[in-house]
Amino acid sequence: MALINPKKREVQVKIVYYGPGRGGKTTNLEYINRKFKKRILNEMVTVKTYGDRTLFFDFLPFDIGEIKGHSIKIQLYTVPGQVKYNATRRLVLRGVDGIVFVADSMDLRREMNIRSLQNLKENLEAFNKNMSNIPLVMQYNKRDLSDEGIPILSVDTLEKDLNSQLKAPYFSASAIRGDNVAATMKKIIALTVSSLRKKLE
Amino acid sequence: MEFTIDFTKEQIESIEEILQKELIDLGVQSVILMDLAGNVIVNLDSGESDHDVFSLAALAAGNYGAVSAMANIIGEQEFSLLFHKGEEESIHFSKVVDDLLLLTIFNKNVSLGFLRLKVGEAIKRIQSLI
Repeated sequence: MALINPKKREVQVKIVYYGPGRGGKTTNLEYINRKFKKRILNEMVTVKTYGDRTLFFDFLPFDIGEIKGHSIKIQLYTVPGQVKYNATRRLVLRGVDGIVFVADSMDLRREMNIRSLQNLKENLEAFNKNMSNIPLVMQYNKRDLSDEGIPILSVDTLEKDLNSQLKAPYFSASAIRGDNVAATMKKIIALTVSSLRKKLE
Repeated sequence: MEFTIDFTKEQIESIEEILQKELIDLGVQSVILMDLAGNVIVNLDSGESDHDVFSLAALAAGNYGAVSAMANIIGEQEFSLLFHKGEEESIHFSKVVDDLLLLTIFNKNVSLGFLRLKVGEAIKRIQSLI
């Protein structure tokens, strides 16, 4: 749940990028960090292994201005995608306000996406949260791979696999090129902040 | 189970007063009261430091969680107190209540024993407020 500081009139909102390993969660944050450099006051924090995989999380904080007299601080996190790091994923999900699920469009990763979404559901349940009523945006990443002749899943297939019940807003994206990275982020911020509006009144 | 505390303006002001008096006035450089989601609730400093408190809080929450997992492996519920010693500056973490941590950053001019004593007193006073 977002933390509201009534003295400073400040709200801290936690948004987590979730999804299978090597799916592009960190690449999303790196792109946002470059693209919005002027608005981001602090350095992006990453805790990586030697193999350049996210070990703990990435963290990117920035301000988006005021809503109802409260300044809004957005804090973007990623989780480590590898299956074995579930304890860490659960830790990062603590107090989450909104989620971007970054799915890998590669044909080969179909099963991994489904398993990761199931894992998200279970981890949210551990915090008494229900995936169907938390602000959530789907991102179908790596659409650019089809240009290189690598087989990718159709958006219809991804929708059917992951989003047929949730019916969350979705974007086809290429985090490495930056396609729809900002759109995904803006959507999850809008959804999350609007779910907080009532609390701010 | 997730546990979140909503603070009133008055509570925050009282906590700030406690932290100022018990810790900052005694030479501690920076104090952060935070929750385990990594949110900063209160942040005070002596004016000498310019740390990125939001990143510190995010990492501290992760660190605390990791160390708690270590505690579980050896049969402990948790380690309620952590201390990282640096050449010039050190960090002390202490649990306040279930979901809250108090992070203190201090330099060589403050002794660890004295700091622990003061942190303990501040925590007792904060606990009585929430």
